[in-house]
Amino acid sequence: MTSLEVRGLVKDYRLRDGLRSTRLRAVDDVGFTLDHGRTVALVGQSGSGKSTIARLLLQLERPTAGEIRLDGRPVARRGAGLIRYRRLVQMVFQDPFASLNPHHDVAHHLARPLRLHHPELSRADVDARIRHLLERVQLDPAMAGRRPHELSGGQRQRVAIARALAPSPGILIADEPVSMLDVSIRLGVLNLLATLQREEDLGVLYITHDLATARHFSDDILVMYRGRIVEHGPADEVILNPKHEYTRLLADATPDPERRFGPAPR
Amino acid sequence: MTGKLTAGLVIAVPIALFGLLGPLVVQDPSRVDDIGLTAPAAGHLLGTTQTGQDVLAQLAYATRGSLIVGAVVGVLTLLLSGFFGIVGAYAGGWLDEAFSLFINVMLVIPGLPVVIVISAYLPDRSLLLVSLVLAITGWAGSARVLRGSTLSLRNRDYVLASRVAGEKRWRIILVEILPNLVPLLASQVVFAVIFAILGEAGLSYLGLGASESFTWGTMLYYAQNGLALRLGAWWWFVPPGLLLALFGAALALINFSIDEIIDPKLRNQTRAARRGWRMSREQLRRAREVTL
Ligand SMILES: Nc1ncnc2c1ncn2[C@@H]1O[C@H](COP(=O)(O)OP(=O)(O)OP(=O)(O)O)[C@@H](O)[C@H]1O
Ligand SMILES: [Mg+2]
Repeated sequence: MTSLEVRGLVKDYRLRDGLRSTRLRAVDDVGFTLDHGRTVALVGQSGSGKSTIARLLLQLERPTAGEIRLDGRPVARRGAGLIRYRRLVQMVFQDPFASLNPHHDVAHHLARPLRLHHPELSRADVDARIRHLLERVQLDPAMAGRRPHELSGGQRQRVAIARALAPSPGILIADEPVSMLDVSIRLGVLNLLATLQREEDLGVLYITHDLATARHFSDDILVMYRGRIVEHGPADEVILNPKHEYTRLLADATPDPERRFGPAPR
Repeated sequence: MTGKLTAGLVIAVPIALFGLLGPLVVQDPSRVDDIGLTAPAAGHLLGTTQTGQDVLAQLAYATRGSLIVGAVVGVLTLLLSGFFGIVGAYAGGWLDEAFSLFINVMLVIPGLPVVIVISAYLPDRSLLLVSLVLAITGWAGSARVLRGSTLSLRNRDYVLASRVAGEKRWRIILVEILPNLVPLLASQVVFAVIFAILGEAGLSYLGLGASESFTWGTMLYYAQNGLALRLGAWWWFVPPGLLLALFGAALALINFSIDEIIDPKLRNQTRAARRGWRMSREQLRRAREVTL
């Protein structure tokens, strides 16, 4: 039962150009709420600030202004509060070839979050949990001993998902989780995420370029344009009745299966 | 195992073993005798010096001395450059600024002249002191190299992922980043060892090396003083010079092969690899048939 709330979030980057330094506002006054059991899609063109929001939510960077609240309370930036935050808010990275350390095996990637957030577990418990986690993401538990370079892209991304689930979080942030995967296996990974979201009652922020999967897999859609949220609403509503011209542009560029197979609903 | 690595090890390991075990079996290297400058013979396998000391015994102790210098400088370089290069770059912020400034200051201090000045000021120099001076003037270059790689590693997704998992800073550095730096560290250390052994030999040859101890450099220094070259006593100066050159070359070979492991692009640039790309006559004929 976790909810993550963002109000007035701003992130400025200093760009140094020789002696002059200019300011780039990557995220501009953004607000939204992630609730347990709901998936929110964040769409927008490249460079609009989606990944920056993800990094801010994960406390990998400090916001310039604004606040992030976990279950109504401002988030802790250090100490025991931060450890609790790390347990509850987890992330699946975009590139499964970069997000697993080539020097460590699959078991290491899953064991570390387990040990960190559940120090009471014995070694046998950790092993059992690792096996269970691999089964949950539809991988053979025998893969625990393998290194990342011995896995396919889809298998790696499933390991990354299992790692994010290891501390039993309430919020999952997925930054373009399938964009680096082959088209043929994208749907499998997205369906897996949707299943896990339902079973674990997760609040998911699904960052993507793809309006079609955003509509299919999420309850709400946020449309981002140059650091601002320009449109926010239920998925069907945003796609069928786009208000902002940028959303209209996006929606028109997305192939609509219904238009091809039957009379268009609009 | 590449050819270079094998060749390097085949030369370096026996020399290292000679330095380690030799002093245990040879006679006292300082024992003076009245058989000055005898050529190699059964009693003295590598002949004697001007004062009748056994060259083989001196060579064994000198090898040990030079190896000690190399080892001490290697370890100190590893620690100093690892600490200032890796920790600063990972921590970022003012710590990185401070460490980086320190590294750059150490880098622009010209190494050898400072070593000469320091050595000239201290009349009683132990082997350890000379190693210390060489290490302090030599570590900064490695630190810069390590800093650059750490800066690129710290923003890799898997490092971010372990931060998201809640991993502590020192554990991220030791467990997630360090293993990826091991080849680079190894090559920097090997380079530091070459630098130290050659630098110590140079200092000793100038008479600024460690007093009262044997290294390849001091042997050459005494051979030079004893006019070994003019008197044709080749057995006095050739062995230490040869071992110095061989050991340096072997370490350089090992270093090249480590570099190739780090950077696979280099591996494809060797002549052997390029020869491998060439098509056989049979393949060429077939390719021509297909394209025509
Ligand atoms: N560390 C940084 N320093 C300076 N500018 C940055 C930094 N990180 C991001 N930016 C800038 O902030 C803007 C938003 O970047 P961000 O990565 O959030 O975009 P994105 O929406 O995720 O794009 P994509 O869809 O291509 O992943 C970009 O203009 C980028 O250049
Ligand atoms: Mg992005």
